[in-house]
Amino acid sequence: MTDKTIGKQNGFTAAVKRAVKSSSFNIFIVLLLMSIAMYIVSKPFRSIDNVLSIARNFSTYAITGIGVSMVIIAGGIDLSLGSVFGFAGVIACMGMVNLGWAVFPSILLGLAAGAAFGLFNGMLVVRAKLPPFIATLGTLSIARSLCYILTEGYPVTGVPTTFLFLGQGYITGIPTPIWMMIIVAIIFAVFLNNTITGRRIYALGGNEEATRISGININRVKLLAYTLCSLLAGFAGIITASKLGVGQPTAGQGFELDAIAAVVIGGASLDGGEGTVTGTILGAAIMGVLRNALVLLSIKSHWQSLIIGFVIIIAVTADQLKKSRGK
Amino acid sequence: MENTTPNKAPYLEMKGITKRFPGVLALDDVDFSVELGKVIALVGENGAGKSTLMKILAGVYEKDQGEIFIEGNLVDIQDPLSARNLGVRVIYQELMDIGNMDIAENIFIGREKRKGIFVDKNAMHEEAKGLLKRVALNVDTRTQVAKLSIAQRQMLEVAKALSLDAKVIIMDEPTSSLTETETKVLFGIIQRLKEDNVAVIFISHRMEEIVHISDEVAVLRDGKMVGKLAKEEIEEQRIINMMVGREISDIFAKEDAEITDIALEVKDLNTDFLKDINFHVRKGEVLGFAGLVGAGRSEVMRAVFGIDKKESGQIYIHGEKVEIKSTVDALKHGMGLVPENRKEEGLVLGMAVKENISLASLKKLSQFNFINKKQEAKLADDYIKSFQIRTPSQEQLVQNLSGGNQQKVVISKWMAMEPDILILDEPTRGIDVGAKKEIHLLMSRLAKQGVAVIMISSELPEIIGMSDRIVVMHEGRIKGEITQENASQENIMKMAIS
Ligand SMILES: Nc1ncnc2c1ncn2[C@@H]1O[C@H](COP(=O)(O)OP(=O)(O)OP(=O)(O)O)[C@@H](O)[C@H]1O
Ligand SMILES: [Mg+2]
Repeated sequence: MTDKTIGKQNGFTAAVKRAVKSSSFNIFIVLLLMSIAMYIVSKPFRSIDNVLSIARNFSTYAITGIGVSMVIIAGGIDLSLGSVFGFAGVIACMGMVNLGWAVFPSILLGLAAGAAFGLFNGMLVVRAKLPPFIATLGTLSIARSLCYILTEGYPVTGVPTTFLFLGQGYITGIPTPIWMMIIVAIIFAVFLNNTITGRRIYALGGNEEATRISGININRVKLLAYTLCSLLAGFAGIITASKLGVGQPTAGQGFELDAIAAVVIGGASLDGGEGTVTGTILGAAIMGVLRNALVLLSIKSHWQSLIIGFVIIIAVTADQLKKSRGK
Repeated sequence: MENTTPNKAPYLEMKGITKRFPGVLALDDVDFSVELGKVIALVGENGAGKSTLMKILAGVYEKDQGEIFIEGNLVDIQDPLSARNLGVRVIYQELMDIGNMDIAENIFIGREKRKGIFVDKNAMHEEAKGLLKRVALNVDTRTQVAKLSIAQRQMLEVAKALSLDAKVIIMDEPTSSLTETETKVLFGIIQRLKEDNVAVIFISHRMEEIVHISDEVAVLRDGKMVGKLAKEEIEEQRIINMMVGREISDIFAKEDAEITDIALEVKDLNTDFLKDINFHVRKGEVLGFAGLVGAGRSEVMRAVFGIDKKESGQIYIHGEKVEIKSTVDALKHGMGLVPENRKEEGLVLGMAVKENISLASLKKLSQFNFINKKQEAKLADDYIKSFQIRTPSQEQLVQNLSGGNQQKVVISKWMAMEPDILILDEPTRGIDVGAKKEIHLLMSRLAKQGVAVIMISSELPEIIGMSDRIVVMHEGRIKGEITQENASQENIMKMAIS
């Protein structure tokens, strides 16, 4: 009896209904249409290898996107993640090459380096009360500069081959980065939907004052969001270093825009309070298919950014229109 | 004043208006009409559809069905601008002005006076001055709107409507945030609007006001127009019966509860506005805070609850000195606060009803940081039922609820937290008679269970009916205390003004 009043629907049709209603459904349709179009016009697009390579490429965007989505849901923004991405990759490689550490501790070192920058961002926002835009813009510059200072501008080479498994390996025929994306997605979807902290991140972005009055330590929530964001950006950076086989001090330049675009295309609102892991992955997938399509259709690289820029603008405009019509 | 048209057709007529929201039939074939120079009250329970009907008239919502006529001509109101051009102007339940602009800029926003290509500020300030005089608002036109009290902002809205030569002015719960004196000023203005042959549509949950001001009453129930009362038929009990469809009495009465130890004591509290605040509240007691809007009642509670900074002062809870530096501390010591402004401080509008209700009790609903969603749903369901929150489901976003139902959600949130000390700041603002009684009953029941209750209210009958003791404030200081036996509207007001 209570089942009905609680409003929970069971069964397959109900699940389908809920999926169709959910905000991610529109994005899914866009992705589907894009893929079908590409399937028709481009032969190379159809190969399973191509699909896996698209997925491998966008998995790092998705992982970073999931990180920054938490900051965006909490009502902030993180522009530093491209630099943190590069920094974590460099540090992990330096752990192996310069310090002679084993692979796993070096990865942890890289993650810690990334997380440290997140904590730094969080402190700037919470303690120094800087606007997130400014604080993370500063970090963007600092972290990138540290990459160059530590490496003197040269890539860190000579990593052990076991490290390469993270970015280049396969598990049951599927590239490791895709597995990593799936694991991260599951963990953070559960985190955002089922834990107190996740709920507080949404509440904070929805109404900071009401959240504070509800007896929630909003500073702690913010610190955590920025830290997790940088941690995931760092993880994506380490995966990329493994994919490249070197710690590139330039890795991840401009990455923040793509990751944020994936989040916004995925239905998050830059005003805070809205966004999902599923949406972010779909958003990253759209970016991935689009980039792949532009290459396969031999669009000159000078034009590619222009097209991507327009796609981002169109996606966000469509979302805004949908929202204002709902009112 | 007299309507000169011979057949005395109403100036504005809405016919067969129907409006559906997902899961809610908000308006069902509603007819409604207004005449110039008359005040028509639109009443109904929370969620009956009053605001929706007015938003359709104002071009904010599109109607699904129905027609609107002005002076017998079919009109097409598509957006707020076309409503404005037809002389319809709304003063909303929620304030909509732009806080960081000054008064004159606010009045003339979007139609600034110009001299060549420049904005003619002097002319704007001149005309604004005249308008403020008409609404008896005594402030400089260069004042930032954010610095005005809610009451003053409301007056400003009326001034704005006047400057637009409105023929029909809609006031959606204009008095819910005004004190008695300010309400009187507003009624003076309404009287003058009538004389200027303006039609006023007045929405309120306060029966005395409706009886006092209206020439006609239209009653909505569950989205249907259930009837109209002409001037001579207007009577409090009759309106209430039509609204709820059953008998209900509108009296506040706290049941006797055992009043025991002191639960909360505040000593020598000072902030940049408050001076020497001393008071205590006992378990089982309801302590009322009376005073004019702006007397500092909310500020006291904000400081006690750790929202605003204290300059000095001590807080004792159950006899023990405690430090309350943030709201986190306040909750740790068993305090709850239903804040004054539900939209800014009470609710996360973009979240579901369920998630708002559970927001202050998540710890209780979880194991190892994982929310037990079944328990959460049950909690929300309990409160939706016991407060009769009108919502299609607990997943509905709070922003889609009617004003009164939103208020019920805020109160549910703090009840769910099960506080030892509960502070309620204007808890029944915008709440219909039935629900109001429900809330009073709940406060009474909580006191019986040994909870210490503090209630701020600008409604004197409510304060007098519910409080065991009444603290009266004036300009940041406590002027005195009155026991329930000695409380009357007169002696509270006397204390509050001097
Ligand atoms: N934008 C919306 N989306 C969905 N439902 C809505 C929306 N606006 C109003 N409703 C629903 O329509 C019904 C009527 O709401 P309305 O705001 O008109 O009530 P009201 O009579 O003004 O109540 P109150 O006295 O509480 O202000 C309510 O059930 C409400 O939940
Ligand atoms: Mg309303």
